[in-house]
Amino acid sequence: MKIDSPDSVALADSAAGQTAAYIHIPFCRKICPYCDFAVVAGTDLADRYVAALLAEIESADPFAEPLTSVAFGGGTPTALGTDALGILLEAVESRFGFDPEVEVSLEANPEDISQATALALQEAGFGRISLGVQSFDDSVLASLGRAHSAAQAIDATRVVRSVFDSVSVDLMFGTPGEDLGSWRDSVTMALELGVDHLSTYSLTVERGTPLSRAVAAGAPAPDPDLQADQWLIAAELAQGAGLVRYETSNHARPGHAAIYNLVTWGQGEYAAFGNGAHRHRDGLRSWNVRRLERYIERIENGQSPVSGEERLGPWEREVERVLLGLRRAAGVLAGVAGERLLKSERGSAVVDAGILEVDDDRLRIARPLLGDGVSRALLALTPGDC
Amino acid sequence: MTDTSRIRNFSIIAHIDHGKSTLADRMLERTGALEEREMRDQVLDTMDLERERGITIKAQSVRLDYTGPSGNYVLNLIDTPGHVDFTYEVSRSLAACEGAVLLVDAAQGVEAQTLANAYLAIESGLEIIPVINKVDLPAAEPDRVAAELVSIIGGDPADVIRISAKTGDGVDELLAAIVEVLPAPEGAVDDQLRALVFDSFYDTYRGVVCYVRVQSGRLATGDGLRFMATGEEPAADEVGVLRPGAEPVAALGPGEVGYLITGIKEIDRIRVGDTVTRAADPATEPLPGYREPKPMVFSGLFPTDGDDFERLREALEKLRLNDTALVFEPETSRALGFGFRCGFLGLLHMEIVRERLEREYDLELVATAPSVAYDVGLVGGGTLQIRSPQDLPEPTARTEIREPIVRVMIITPAEFTGTVMELLQEHRGVMGEMTYLSPERVELVYRVPLAEIVFGFFDRLKSRTRGYASLDYEPEDDFIPADLARVDILLNGVPVDAFSAIVHKTKGYDYGRKLVSKLRAIIPRQMFDVPIQAAIGSRVIARETVKARRKDVIAKCYGGDVTRKRKLLEKQKEGKKRMKMLGQVEVPQEAFISVLQIDED
Repeated sequence: MKIDSPDSVALADSAAGQTAAYIHIPFCRKICPYCDFAVVAGTDLADRYVAALLAEIESADPFAEPLTSVAFGGGTPTALGTDALGILLEAVESRFGFDPEVEVSLEANPEDISQATALALQEAGFGRISLGVQSFDDSVLASLGRAHSAAQAIDATRVVRSVFDSVSVDLMFGTPGEDLGSWRDSVTMALELGVDHLSTYSLTVERGTPLSRAVAAGAPAPDPDLQADQWLIAAELAQGAGLVRYETSNHARPGHAAIYNLVTWGQGEYAAFGNGAHRHRDGLRSWNVRRLERYIERIENGQSPVSGEERLGPWEREVERVLLGLRRAAGVLAGVAGERLLKSERGSAVVDAGILEVDDDRLRIARPLLGDGVSRALLALTPGDC
Repeated sequence: MTDTSRIRNFSIIAHIDHGKSTLADRMLERTGALEEREMRDQVLDTMDLERERGITIKAQSVRLDYTGPSGNYVLNLIDTPGHVDFTYEVSRSLAACEGAVLLVDAAQGVEAQTLANAYLAIESGLEIIPVINKVDLPAAEPDRVAAELVSIIGGDPADVIRISAKTGDGVDELLAAIVEVLPAPEGAVDDQLRALVFDSFYDTYRGVVCYVRVQSGRLATGDGLRFMATGEEPAADEVGVLRPGAEPVAALGPGEVGYLITGIKEIDRIRVGDTVTRAADPATEPLPGYREPKPMVFSGLFPTDGDDFERLREALEKLRLNDTALVFEPETSRALGFGFRCGFLGLLHMEIVRERLEREYDLELVATAPSVAYDVGLVGGGTLQIRSPQDLPEPTARTEIREPIVRVMIITPAEFTGTVMELLQEHRGVMGEMTYLSPERVELVYRVPLAEIVFGFFDRLKSRTRGYASLDYEPEDDFIPADLARVDILLNGVPVDAFSAIVHKTKGYDYGRKLVSKLRAIIPRQMFDVPIQAAIGSRVIARETVKARRKDVIAKCYGGDVTRKRKLLEKQKEGKKRMKMLGQVEVPQEAFISVLQIDED
């Protein structure tokens, strides 16, 4: 079988037609100060939560086709025991069916990974581990408020590398105090440990987080210029190690692009389960209640956990297609919205600035670090027919 | 008509927050003009903005029926606008009175504004009753303040009346003093009619309503009138008194105060300070003191959204209905598009108008730096008056620039005298007088170019004296030649007219440097480098660069982030809408305000 490059148009476009499922595990040992996901510290409600998840999964409608991707994210899925994770995965499979090539991915934190856990997860059916390493520098890990050390991160990466076929590491750049050298060392370490996939995220100050309060009170904020340099370093090192950048923040070896993510960027459909989980089905985006207790209560009382939804009109959907598709290195078919963008004043400005590139009927972001300027230009278009 | 011996006309002169409105309320209550339960706090300040800022913009008057130890009296309380910008209007209100209550806060003491108005009252020959308010406050120092008052107006500290408008203590004593101390009005009913228009306002149903004080003769409903300054000759449709509700009467006699409705609908056909007489039997001389309202400070007002231009015009026209001092004419700015050059009496007036436009008419505005009018001597003779830096002729076409001067009065605690003198000197002030009001407080009088005080001077005075100094100013008639130049700001190589300012040559470099660095901090990074330059003529005096943005992308965009990301971007897009595009450069509104705050650091 021919393996597509992670940034190939064929891979990007085929993922758009596939279906996926996301299972949210909100538990964490401690909450990182920069995190604004739907998470809780401790696992007090784990049993009731797993029961609720199972109930939600069992009541969901399957897609016409079996899933090509399942992603367990959080939170920290490994905060649950491997048995519970296995039961949940089984439930998803029996409800939705799995494609033979299905990608079964799990987010894990280094402090939860031992040889035994890794083997148990593999046994349970997980094939891809995404490790939340963030940095291989102890001082950076400390300022990020992470629970693990650099040594633990190295050990955990080695363990999963030895057990799983597909290993990804998340790194975070721009932590105040992290210089270019430290960042370079972290990226190099991840690559030397032989990861198949590398996600590099700029530290972002999200509203309502302890980090944003600290910054408001005068703590140093991430420096966007330094982050730009760090992004470039990561891209260069990853490329040198044979990884291809296929999205703004993601690099992979051929055959290791995250299918679940490609489905998202292709405006594809996915089911989602758990508190705060977002799904996209039948053209409707909807999301569950964010508070863990509320989610559990609703399910236990036989109520729907859905707390909000958004159905876009044809124009908004078309804009969203381009908006999401442009995250990919493969770019996106220009289509109605893309054509309109190119004709608009702001659209030509981003083309002139070398940010947006036109290649036949496809649009690509040539300078991913400035991609949101293109998104805003798209959203600023006057709605039209499509 | 009331016997003149039974009439007392008076104003209350007080600084903002010294309790004038509370005292007025208390007087209304004591004289039964309003039942206590009807009392809304501070009945006389009707506009919202006044309530918020605690200042009186439009004067009002009220007629009180007072029964004292010596019988029944009619007391007309004529409210005065409480701010320096409205000195002329204050002077007209005072001209309608025989006396004034000088009200001073027992903790704060005399302030410059109070002093200025007190002098105005004394110059107009008014009898002054010194009163100390808020004696119930723990911080009250009535003895010190009484001594201060006496040093200004003379007399005996023992005669200073001590009250608490809040509790009502001393208010009866004050009412009795008004009857005893203040003179009754003079004026014969048989003389020709002469009535002073001391205020006016526009009413949607009745047209222009004038507040008048009859000096002599009789103003009766149905009379054919003549306004002596404007030459208007309407009939007196309705004459009445305010208690405080309007109550029509057959006629107003000498010394009486009331309102007059003539059917005139346009406010600018009625001038405050004008004299009303009878068309059939006119007075030969108008009452003294009339002046045309003269705008002193100018600023360009531009709608953020160009489509709002017509709405802005309509709003300005509506405001003008009640504000003859507001002038405006269309102005075109390369940077800001279509707007209006507006003239104001002063800074507060400007701020009030801007706030009302934004609040009452829901307009989003960009205001350019306030400037003053300059007289420019032209090569080959002649003088050009300019109200906008843009209109300044080239150096080769002009012989000199003359600027308006104001007489600034500052009262400061003595310990800050040196600091204040320094500040005045920095602003090209020339010392006039220095007077110790008391061992602790000093009054300084300087002549200062008006342009020097329109840029945040008051804020600087406050911050350097920890809020203790107070300021008042009045325009002088002469324009004085000065060594001035225009500093232009270039954004991405293109001059932005809205940032241009005329400044003294010794300050040009400093001004340019500060503004450029301020703009660099305010203008967000764009897709390309944006040079910002300050120049006098073709000479660049300062330069900075807003470096191109390097990172502008959300880190994560996964299944759970799609809606959120779109909304976040939508919001950013909205934020961009509030930016002004100057050429290719997005400039936030606050950049235009930054010009006003240029000297604060």
